[in-house]
Amino acid sequence: MTLASDAETTGAEAHPGAGPAPGQPPVLSVEGLSISVRTEAGLKPLVNDLSFTLRRGETLCIAGESGSGKSITALAIMGLLPPPAVRITGGRIRLGETDLTALPEARMRTIRGDRIAMIFQEPMTSLNPVLTIGAQLAEAIRAHEPVSRGAARARALDALRAVRLSQPEHRLNQYPHELSGGMRQRVMIAMALALRPEVLIADEPTTALDVTVQREVLDLLRDLQRDTGTAIILITHDMGVVAEMASRVIVMRHGAMVEQAPVHRLFSRPEAEYTRQLLAAVPRLGQGATREAVADRPVARVEDVVVRFPLKAGLLGRTTHHVHAVEHVSFDIRKGETFALVGESGCGKSTIAKAMVGLVPHEGRIEVAGKVLSDLDGAGRKDLRRHIQMVFQDPMAALDPRMTIGDQIAEPLVIHGIGDTESRSARVADLLARVGLSADQMTRYPHEFSGGQRQRICIARALSLQPDLIIADESVSALDVSVQARVLDLLRTLQREFGVAFLFISHDMAVVENISDRVAVMYLGQIVEMGLRSQVFGNPQHPYTRRLIEAVPVPDPAHVRPPSPRLTGEVPSPVHAVGSGPVRVRLVDIGGGHMVASGDPAPALSAG
Amino acid sequence: MPAYVVRRLLVSVLILLGVSFITFVLLYVLPADPVRQIAGRSATAETVENIRRELGLDRPFIVQYGRYLLGLVQGDLGRSYLQKTEVAELIASRLPATLLLMLGAILAELALGLTLGILAALRRGTMLDQTLMMASFVTVSAPQFVVGLLLLYVFAVKLGWFPIGGYGTFAHLVLPALTLGILGSGWYSRMMRSSMIEVLRADFIRTARAKGLTRARVILVHALPNAVLPVIAMIGIDIGIFMGGIVVVESVFGWPGIGQLAWQAIQRVDIPIIMGVTLVSALAIILGNLLADLVAPFIDPRIKLK
Repeated sequence: MTLASDAETTGAEAHPGAGPAPGQPPVLSVEGLSISVRTEAGLKPLVNDLSFTLRRGETLCIAGESGSGKSITALAIMGLLPPPAVRITGGRIRLGETDLTALPEARMRTIRGDRIAMIFQEPMTSLNPVLTIGAQLAEAIRAHEPVSRGAARARALDALRAVRLSQPEHRLNQYPHELSGGMRQRVMIAMALALRPEVLIADEPTTALDVTVQREVLDLLRDLQRDTGTAIILITHDMGVVAEMASRVIVMRHGAMVEQAPVHRLFSRPEAEYTRQLLAAVPRLGQGATREAVADRPVARVEDVVVRFPLKAGLLGRTTHHVHAVEHVSFDIRKGETFALVGESGCGKSTIAKAMVGLVPHEGRIEVAGKVLSDLDGAGRKDLRRHIQMVFQDPMAALDPRMTIGDQIAEPLVIHGIGDTESRSARVADLLARVGLSADQMTRYPHEFSGGQRQRICIARALSLQPDLIIADESVSALDVSVQARVLDLLRTLQREFGVAFLFISHDMAVVENISDRVAVMYLGQIVEMGLRSQVFGNPQHPYTRRLIEAVPVPDPAHVRPPSPRLTGEVPSPVHAVGSGPVRVRLVDIGGGHMVASGDPAPALSAG
Repeated sequence: MPAYVVRRLLVSVLILLGVSFITFVLLYVLPADPVRQIAGRSATAETVENIRRELGLDRPFIVQYGRYLLGLVQGDLGRSYLQKTEVAELIASRLPATLLLMLGAILAELALGLTLGILAALRRGTMLDQTLMMASFVTVSAPQFVVGLLLLYVFAVKLGWFPIGGYGTFAHLVLPALTLGILGSGWYSRMMRSSMIEVLRADFIRTARAKGLTRARVILVHALPNAVLPVIAMIGIDIGIFMGGIVVVESVFGWPGIGQLAWQAIQRVDIPIIMGVTLVSALAIILGNLLADLVAPFIDPRIKLK
C-alpha cells in the first residue's frame, strides 16, 4: 500500500491548518516537561515545565531562536537525549496511553521510527554515506515489521514514489552523495513516513535547503499530511515557515514556553512582548527602505569574468570536463553602495567573491580600487587587500580560537605595517566601540562571545584597514533573526560612517531586499537579471527571479499564495565536456538600467 | 580504475629506481669494505685487488650502478658475494616465510586493535577505556625485542604453549606474529577509538537510532564501516613499519625469512643481498599501499580513484 493510496480513507477526517480537531484524544501530550544538563556547576535547566498536546492531522510549530530548547524537546520525545549528561528531570511525555519517559530503552526502540519518526536539519549528513538509499529505507521498515527483504524493498520503492522522487527504482541503488540536498531530504521524509507514524517531528527540515527546494519540501510535507493524517511537530526559527505550515504555534525562549496560540492569532495579535520582537525582526519582502542614489565612481569592476574548474580523467589525467562555475559575468560596484548577488547554492556567487580577492584563477578582467587583478605581482596582491576584505558565513570558524579578539582585529594592521602598538590598540578600541562591543573586551578569546558578537568582531576586523569594499558572503545566514536584524542595522550604519561598499552575497531574498541598493540574480554561473533593488523586486522580469521571490515563505498566515505549478526537478548540472558549454544569456536593458537575460541558460526554467 | 592502477604502477617504477639509487649510494660511501670480508683477514693485497677487479668494485660509481640497473631490468639481482648464490633465488626461498609472518601480524594487530578500540570507544571515559588506552600506550612504546623475549619467556618457556623458535606449524607462527602485531595493535586501538567516537557523533548515527534500529546494528552496520576507513589506509603504511620489525623478530624467534637474510648480509657487507632485500621491501610497501587504496572505494562509495 502506498502512502498516497490511503488518501481516501484518512483525508476526510484530517483538516490540516484547521486547528486541533475537538473531541479527539491527543496523539501526544507533554506535561510539565523539564530537561537538564549536568555541568560542573550542577544541573543546568534546558527546558522548563513545558506542556502541550498534539492531535491527529495537526501541525504544531515550535518556534524560537537558538538555545530556546526546541530541538532538545524533540530529542526528548524521541528518547534520544545524549546520555548521560542530558536527562529529563520532570514531567511526562505520553504517546496515546503510553508514558514514554518511564519506558525502558528496549521498548522505546520499538516506538522510535514506528510510531514517532523524525527528520533532521542536515540532509547532507543525516544519511549514512556508505549504504545505499534502498538499504537505509528497507532497514527502517524491517526494524519494525517482520517482512522479507524483497517486500521491504518494494515498500521502500513505494515510499520513494510517495515523496515524488524522480526515477525511484534507480534511486534505491544510489548512494546519498549522488543525490542533491533536496533529494536527500525527500529520502529522509520517505524513511520517516514509510511506517505511517502517528507523530512526525521535523527539526528545521528546510533550513539547510535552497528557497525553491524548501518550497517543494514544505508542499510535500503538507500533501503527505493531508493523505495520512500524521500529526506533525515542526521545529523552525523561520516565521515564514511557521505562517505557511502551522495550525498552532508555540514560541519558546530560554527553555520555556513564551506563548501558545493558533497561527492566525499569533501573527495578528501576539500577546507576549518577545513574540512581538521576534515578528518585528523577521525580514519581509517589500519592506526595504528606499535610499538616495549612490555615487557613480566604481570601487570594483568585474568584466566578462569566467571561472572554470577542470575535471581530469583517464590514464594521463587529461581534462575531460569543466565545472562552469562562473560564465561571462560583468558588473560593477560603486563607492558606498551595497551590491547584492543572490542565487541558490552552486550558482557561482561565492566563486565570484573568491575570484575578486584572488583565491581562484579567473579569465576576464577584475578591477579593484583602480588596479587590474591579473596584472598584480605578490606585493601588489598584498596591497590590494587593503582595499578589499571579506566577512564569512560562519563566525565560529572565521576566528582563531587561540588568539585574543584584539590581536585578531589588529592583525591586518600588523601585516600591512600600519601604525605602532599604541595606535593599533587605539584603533581596535575604536572599531570595537563602533560594532557595539566595548574596548575592555579586547583581551578576551572568541569562545567568550555569542555568534552575533563574533560576527561583529569579524566585521571589525574587516574594517580595520578601512577598505573600499567588503565582501560579505552569507554573513548573516547563520544568525538568529533578531541578531540578524541587528547585524544588518550595524552594516548600514557602518556604511554611512565609513563610506565602504558591500558586495553582499546571500541566498535569502528577504535579507537581500532589506539591505541592497542594487541586485544581481545568478543562475548556473550567469547573471539572469540585474538592476536597482526596486526594479528587480518590484518588477521581476526573468522567470527565475520570479520563481525565487515566489518561493520565499511569507510570514503572514493570511497570505494567499498565487496558484503556481508545483516546483519539481533538479537544477541542471554546471559540468560540461571540454569544447561544449552552457548556453550563454545576453542581458538586455529594458529601461533605467534594469538588465534582463533574453536567452535562457536552462530552457526548462521558462516553463515554470 | 584500470587506468589508475597502471598509473600507480608506473609511478612505482620511478620510486623503485630512486630507492635503488639512494641505497646504492649509501652502500658505496660505507667505510666497510666488502672485499675485505670476502678475502678474509689473512689475504694478501694482491688477492684483495683481484677480487675487487673480479666483482667490478674498482670501477667508478656510475659504472657500477649502471651495471646493476642493467641487470635489474633483466630481472637479475646479482649474486651474493659470499654465498655465491643468485640473490633472486635466496630471496625467493625466504620470502614466503616473511609474507606468512606479516599476514599473521596484520591479522593479529587488526583483531586486537580494532576490537579493543571499539570497546574503548563504546565505554568511553570508564575504567575499561582508561586501562585499554594505557595498555596501548605501553605496547606502542615497548621495543620489539623486549616484547618478543617477554612473550617467549611466558608462553614458550614457562607455560610451554608454543615452541621457542623455528618455523613450520601454526604454533610456530603465533608468538612472532603477536610480537610484530602488538605494536600495531596499540596504534590501531587508539585510531579506532577516536575514529569511532567521531563517527558515533555523526548525524547519520542519530538517524539510524531514530529509525529504531538495535544498538548492535547501529554500531556494526552504520558506525563501523565509516570508522574503519582511516584505519585501512594505515595498513599500507604498516607494511613499511613491519619491514623494520621483521629483522628483529626473525632473529629473536629464528624465523627463516628475509629479515634474517638481511641481517646476515648487513653484517658481512654483502651488497647484492642488501640491495635485493631493500628493493623487495620497497616493492612490498608500494603494493601494500596500492592495495589499501584499492580496497577503500569498496567500503566508501564516495572515494573515486583517479
